[in-house]
Amino acid sequence: MIASLGLILVCQLLGEVVVRGLALPLPGPVLGLVLLLALLLLRDRIKPLAIGPLATDEGRGRIEDVSRVLLANLSLLFVPAGVGVVQKLDLVAAHGLAIAAVLVLSVIATLLVTVAAFVVTSRLLSRNGPS
Amino acid sequence: MSANPFSLWVYLAQSPLLWLTVTLVVYAITDAVSLRTRRHPLANPVLHAMWIVAAFLLVTGTPYTTYFAGAQFVHFLLGPATVALAVPLYRNRRIVVQAVLPMLAALMAGSITAIVSVVWLAEAFGLPREIVLSLASKSVTAGVAMGISESLHADPSLTAVAVVLTGITGAIIVTPLMNSTGITDFRARGFAAGLAAHGIGTARAFQVDALAGTFSGIAMSLNALVTSFLVPLAVTLLVR
Repeated sequence: MIASLGLILVCQLLGEVVVRGLALPLPGPVLGLVLLLALLLLRDRIKPLAIGPLATDEGRGRIEDVSRVLLANLSLLFVPAGVGVVQKLDLVAAHGLAIAAVLVLSVIATLLVTVAAFVVTSRLLSRNGPS
Repeated sequence: MSANPFSLWVYLAQSPLLWLTVTLVVYAITDAVSLRTRRHPLANPVLHAMWIVAAFLLVTGTPYTTYFAGAQFVHFLLGPATVALAVPLYRNRRIVVQAVLPMLAALMAGSITAIVSVVWLAEAFGLPREIVLSLASKSVTAGVAMGISESLHADPSLTAVAVVLTGITGAIIVTPLMNSTGITDFRARGFAAGLAAHGIGTARAFQVDALAGTFSGIAMSLNALVTSFLVPLAVTLLVR
């Protein structure tokens, strides 16, 4: 488990180093995600890589298991940032309703446009694909 | 038992232990309630944990910085959790590769809608410029959104709150909204949830369907990438 957590942190750290070093406009953890994905794909090609956290046999503490635990509790991780609302009570009193309305309307628009774009593209492709 | 209860409180209220414990225990309870209601959208565990902890801080007069000294250990894990999204992505790589074009179309359309709609609406509602800028990146995960907000000289702590509220809103409305459209493609539904409502939407998507959760996670990470590029551009074009 420690090795798996360590590997995740190493990926994130390398991501941060590259992003800061090259002044890339993207978040370090996202590059860390790409690195870990590349490692997992490489493991399938190069057998000696399948050790420790990257082992493919059903052992405990593999990267798969640690990731599952982290992702199963993803919403917990947003609680500290959300509690930050206590610092913004004057703002909530002055503009709270407008902010809430803006967020709700924008979320509805985003959900509908995204799902429509996905479904329409997917249908167009399957219509043109097999013909 | 000679210790003065007040001095014990003064000691504990300053220690990270108390606030980390409060965060975990309150969330464990709200999550158990959510499970008991068979994951009813309105029993969203983040929403209820957030106001209960906030109320506790206000009643005890505890400053947010004192609270965050304990809660930061939880907050820190947002980064590793983002990296961990590589695992469901890897596991579903074949389905993902097949859906790469619909995903790219949905990513561009959704990402632009998320930013443009919030900026336009905020200006239409007459919100001050600093708030408009702080809301612009509200659909991406907290760490990333706060970074974008900082680079715009907006208010990162307001952005963090907007991000969490956006996530909760998305998690609550996504299932009824999608059911009303009659769309049953869980890849598309999950992708929309992750794009509009980042990690909280993804957590919700994983509760509904494993495939939806995976696509939600992909949308969340891709949107973090695209939004980092788009928000600065959109702000120069749209904000007065």
